Amino acid sequence: MDTILQLLGFVLVIFAALALGWLFRWVATRVTPHETAKALRTAPLTASFGMLVILIYVVVALLAPLVAPFGEREVVGGEFLPWEAPYYLGTDSLGRDMLTRLVYGARNTVGIAFVTTALAFLLGSILGLLAATVGGWPDQGLSRAVDVLMAIPALIFSLLLLTIFGTSIVTLILVIAVIDATRVFRLARSVAMNIVVMDYVEAAKLRGEGLLRLIVREILPNAAAPLVAEFGLRFCFVFLAISALSFLGLGIQPPTADWGSMVRENATLITFGDVTPLLPAGAIALLTVAVNFVVDWMLHRASGLKE
Amino acid sequence: MSEIWSMVARRLALGLVTLFVISVLIFSATELLPGDMAQAILGQSATPETVAAFRRELGLDLPAHTRYLNWLAGALQGDFGTSLANKRPISDLIGMRLGNTLFLALYAAAIAVPLSLALGVLVALFRNSVFDRTVNAIALTSISFPEFFVAYILIVYLAQTGLFPSMTRISADTSFGEMLYRAFLPALTLTLVVTAHMMRMTRAAIINLLASPYIEMARLKGMKPMRIILHHALPNALAPIINVVALNLAYLITGVVVVEVVFVYPGLGQLMVDSVAKRDFPVVQAVALIFAAAYVLLNLLADVLSTLSNPRLIHRR
Repeated sequence: MDTILQLLGFVLVIFAALALGWLFRWVATRVTPHETAKALRTAPLTASFGMLVILIYVVVALLAPLVAPFGEREVVGGEFLPWEAPYYLGTDSLGRDMLTRLVYGARNTVGIAFVTTALAFLLGSILGLLAATVGGWPDQGLSRAVDVLMAIPALIFSLLLLTIFGTSIVTLILVIAVIDATRVFRLARSVAMNIVVMDYVEAAKLRGEGLLRLIVREILPNAAAPLVAEFGLRFCFVFLAISALSFLGLGIQPPTADWGSMVRENATLITFGDVTPLLPAGAIALLTVAVNFVVDWMLHRASGLKE
Repeated sequence: MSEIWSMVARRLALGLVTLFVISVLIFSATELLPGDMAQAILGQSATPETVAAFRRELGLDLPAHTRYLNWLAGALQGDFGTSLANKRPISDLIGMRLGNTLFLALYAAAIAVPLSLALGVLVALFRNSVFDRTVNAIALTSISFPEFFVAYILIVYLAQTGLFPSMTRISADTSFGEMLYRAFLPALTLTLVVTAHMMRMTRAAIINLLASPYIEMARLKGMKPMRIILHHALPNALAPIINVVALNLAYLITGVVVVEVVFVYPGLGQLMVDSVAKRDFPVVQAVALIFAAAYVLLNLLADVLSTLSNPRLIHRR
């Protein structure tokens, strides 16, 4: 009986999510300009739901001090209080309000993951496009260096580097960004390789266009679509990697509110049958699922595949 | 035939070179430290004499290439030096844990590989049906979950009811059956994490082939769909499938780190995380070397096996 009820609840949640997605698409197609609305109308319900979730996360992250009922590091009551007003989701291992920490976590965890991905992208795509355009020994050198860096599993490599440079937010961002830039480099280079050999690039070279103009004006516009989709995917990987490191106690350090370390700090509750520590983990999972849904749709659009 | 073996030999040689470069990289990582290892461990307040003495003890007064060769020679014989945190030989710390981690990874692989292949074939058979869409949506969702989320969900549902233990206690005298039972939840977590990816790739590899003329021919002969997939499509799809299986087994290697911490499983991953927190460089280097070597070897194995299953791959570029 119990399992049947849970199953029913599960199905209900999925339907609610799809309905929300539909509602979001309905609203979005009416408030956005014509071109965007046309593209949005083709979005499947999963992708609309994903966009809605991402929008909510961004709003919560930007308005965190207004949304949260208490201060980020404020100890408001006893430890591990149950879910009752005014602590709607209880308190954590130090007596801080769980809901507040969740809201600030959106700002810290997602913000740091976004900055890291952006950095990795900047580094990886610039080097990748450069390597493909210039060719010759710079290309060989960079490619072999990336091969070596990629031969070590990412998590193990980041653990090694974090041992050496110590655990702080700046080193965390730099370490993950460099490791992830190798993956972006591979993609950017292989995409650009196919474009560089095209006739119009050859013509642009003969016209005497400089390296910078060649990359920015001729190659980048054609390489943008796969790179944008890759940005979403890489964001998921970076986000999961940072969460995993924080969960291991080696990423974002307390007292900064962060979802990965929140799971770790409150994990003891699970052995008592309390699901509160699953909330931050669920928040991580929900965002990655949402981004994946949107990326799936964008890849589908970009490739023009109609399977 | 000889062409294949010369290819295998070339790949092996390349793998050895990769391993060598990785070992240099892991070793020289400590050279990036501001100052050196002795200074980093003793901190700013240490007197120059203490630092110098500690440096001698660690052998840091020798030139870098001598230290590297000593380290590598030791590592090849299973001697990784001593831990900085508790002065015990690292090989003692690693010994039992290496076996435990391998056991967990193999356990997960033994469930995940047959499961994902079977699911992949089934989904390809019923492609674009409700079954296909449901399995795909579940797969996409479970790929996006962090490992510890999956692990804690399993603990809430399967360990709270007392069905399985939420902490894995394993000692040297635990019997094999008992180990299978105690390590079930960690293995199931890893299985759930890797199955989705393997299944999606199996489906894609098979569906890719279904458009080729020889499959069309088989279909026109009136062959049953199941037989077409198993006898005609699957053998040709083996190369990409082997690749993705090996890639995921390699992923298991890093996946164990988080899962071991959740279930307090006495394995290498947990040792590594503890050592990173204590900044115990020699232990981290040793474990990183083991993980990286396993990763390289698995990729090498995949390369060789997929070429053997499809000799056309010899002539790529």
